Amino acid sequence: MKKSVFLGTLSAAALLAGVAGAGTLEDVKARGVLNCGSNVGLTGFGAPDANGEYQGFDVALCKAVAAAVLGDASKVKFVPLTGETRFTALASSEVDLLVRNSTWTFSRDVDLKFDVVATNYYDGQGFMVKKDLGVSSAKELDGATVCIQTGTTTELNLADFFKANNMTYTPVNVADDSEGQRQYLAGACDTYTTDASGLAASRATMPDADNHIILPEIISKEPLGPMVRHGDNVWGDVVRWTFFALIAAEEYGVNKANIEEVATTTTNPEIKRLLGTEGDLGAMLGLDKDWAKRAIAVSGNYGEIFEANIGSATPIKLARGLNALWTQGGLQYAPPFR
Amino acid sequence: MTNFTPFVRSEMIDPREPPSGQQGLVRWARENLFSSPANSVLTVLGGLAILWLLMGIVPWLMHSVWNAASLSECNAIIAQTWGPDATGACWAMVRERWHQYTYGFYPMDQYWRPNLAFVLMLVALAPVLFLSLPRKMMLFSLSFPFIAYWLLWGGTIWAPIVVALGFGVMALVFRFASPKLGVPVGAGVGLLAAAAWWLLVQTPLSTALHSAIPLGLREVDSDQFGGFLLSIVIGITAISASLPLGILLALGRQSDMLLVKSLSVGFIEFIRGVPLITLLFTASLLLQYFLPPETNFDIILRVIILVTLFAAAYIAEVIRGGLAALPRGQYEAADALGLDYWQAQRLIIMPQALKISIPGIVSSFIGLFKDTTLVAFVGLMDPLKGITAVVRADINWKGIYWEPYIFAGAIFFLICFGMSRYSMWLERKLKTDHR
Repeated sequence: MKKSVFLGTLSAAALLAGVAGAGTLEDVKARGVLNCGSNVGLTGFGAPDANGEYQGFDVALCKAVAAAVLGDASKVKFVPLTGETRFTALASSEVDLLVRNSTWTFSRDVDLKFDVVATNYYDGQGFMVKKDLGVSSAKELDGATVCIQTGTTTELNLADFFKANNMTYTPVNVADDSEGQRQYLAGACDTYTTDASGLAASRATMPDADNHIILPEIISKEPLGPMVRHGDNVWGDVVRWTFFALIAAEEYGVNKANIEEVATTTTNPEIKRLLGTEGDLGAMLGLDKDWAKRAIAVSGNYGEIFEANIGSATPIKLARGLNALWTQGGLQYAPPFR
Repeated sequence: MTNFTPFVRSEMIDPREPPSGQQGLVRWARENLFSSPANSVLTVLGGLAILWLLMGIVPWLMHSVWNAASLSECNAIIAQTWGPDATGACWAMVRERWHQYTYGFYPMDQYWRPNLAFVLMLVALAPVLFLSLPRKMMLFSLSFPFIAYWLLWGGTIWAPIVVALGFGVMALVFRFASPKLGVPVGAGVGLLAAAAWWLLVQTPLSTALHSAIPLGLREVDSDQFGGFLLSIVIGITAISASLPLGILLALGRQSDMLLVKSLSVGFIEFIRGVPLITLLFTASLLLQYFLPPETNFDIILRVIILVTLFAAAYIAEVIRGGLAALPRGQYEAADALGLDYWQAQRLIIMPQALKISIPGIVSSFIGLFKDTTLVAFVGLMDPLKGITAVVRADINWKGIYWEPYIFAGAIFFLICFGMSRYSMWLERKLKTDHR
């Protein structure tokens, strides 16, 4: 017993020393591998495929960061995290970066001491109902039975929404998305509520997708984004600007196919700075000149990543909506590269 | 004189068949199913319930689809073959993803390694399970953990060999120290010597040997383990390590030495007092805070250690039950023969106490094996929840619900049923009393 207490004290001291020491960027470079906290079971966003390779919208961001920092998109170790373990894993340095559809909230930012460096997907909670229920607005759901995942923010949002509209509901608690979909299809509840992206993915796989509609009301704001630890701003900047590079690339029409050509032929000084043919933005981040070029070359710009994983070409068929560029009426906006 | 011939039967009549209501199935049904009005009602209701279940399940199983690329294709095939309202099982998912259920994300070209380790495991278990096999096979069983570690995780062959040498050092020191110092102190000194070996000699020696003779397999990280490979690795290791530990704890709890007794009692009561999930979260989360940030303390190893400790506490109590069932006379007989404590335990007490405890020990083991699925909560890919979540995240299989559970459940049932049958066989074989 005494020995373990002694060892514990030693390790705690070492932990403090470690935190005070090198920053995450140096750690990642020294290790040669980026540890990225990931989801293992969210369709389109992050999950291993039949060959065990991680694929998805969130996964692509991890790969882009690895390419920018280490020069090789394959040097990512995806650490599978659950809803319970994700924040501890980030706080205890088990992962360098958490990209696991985690909502940016006040308490996570301030109390848990994380930085959400950007919002890579603007989500929100919606409702799915069967068409023959004859409901066209969430405000008509008074007295409905609602399938709801327990222990999530969606549960709280649901209570708030019904209270604010002076309506009542009967919750049918489900443990996860598959059970929710099952109960909803079996008729155990009138409506199933979760993030709109999840509803779209569920609906896409239903045998009679046309008989189900997603109601227009979005009752919560769920800005999902990559998280890093508080206080390591150098690393936070690397992740933030890697993401912005993907946004800016879409804005300037730089994509996976034409990136080499654009890099040599462009006359636009902003693109030149972005791709490292002019200026030295990389050095300011502690990286080399080609960091952003490599990040974009992995799976393309933000729009390409969106389309390949969750966009209209995929079975999930999510519209860009709030996630369109600011030039097209969305919220995705990258500050200038200068 | 009238001739009066009394009736004397000279041969027996053949026995007649009992009346039709008193034989065969009818009698059995009357005695067991319809012996009273209440029983008759219950029988009818029970029969209807079974019928109702079968009417749901049998068509679903009959309509199984084995060849399809996605759930929607499965549904289309079922609708085409059996009509639009038919439901059916989509086992095509298992067919396409069975390798993930078996090996997790283990590199595909290295599947021979877990396969070989599994076969060797059966060979190593054989002499432990079947006493009629030659005892020399135990040597292989003892070296199996090192072989299996090397096969599964890969890396240089010298690391497990040097670790095994550490146990050799322990045995050697124990052999020379125990006649002079006694068994407990001898074991303690042996343990210290082995710890010194592992801490000081281990890394330099294996590095040196590796640079001299580089021999090794490709390294496989712990996060690539999953499915039944993971369950069996955790389950078998924890089962085989928790039995000896449990015996020691049970003996410690009965000890007259205050320190040993209170440590054992404290350990057992503490571990039994907290849920396994708590210990798993301790393994995955709390230890991360205590260890230096870049320490690489393998997550599977952490989980195995805590699952072992958890099982050992339960095993200790089961064995204590066996010890309590032994008559006092057995201890006194051992003393009368002049055996010392360890000899008495080894030759007289433990063989009887363990025999009594077999059902309890095996049910602890079965519980432990099923509990390995709880590692899903710390992000490991167990077959029931972890791999199933991965499969369901694939847009092709999203919405599949019963099939993964039934598949994983069936395999768990096979293994647990096997353990249960083995324990019944062992009990019959070891039965020496005439009750």
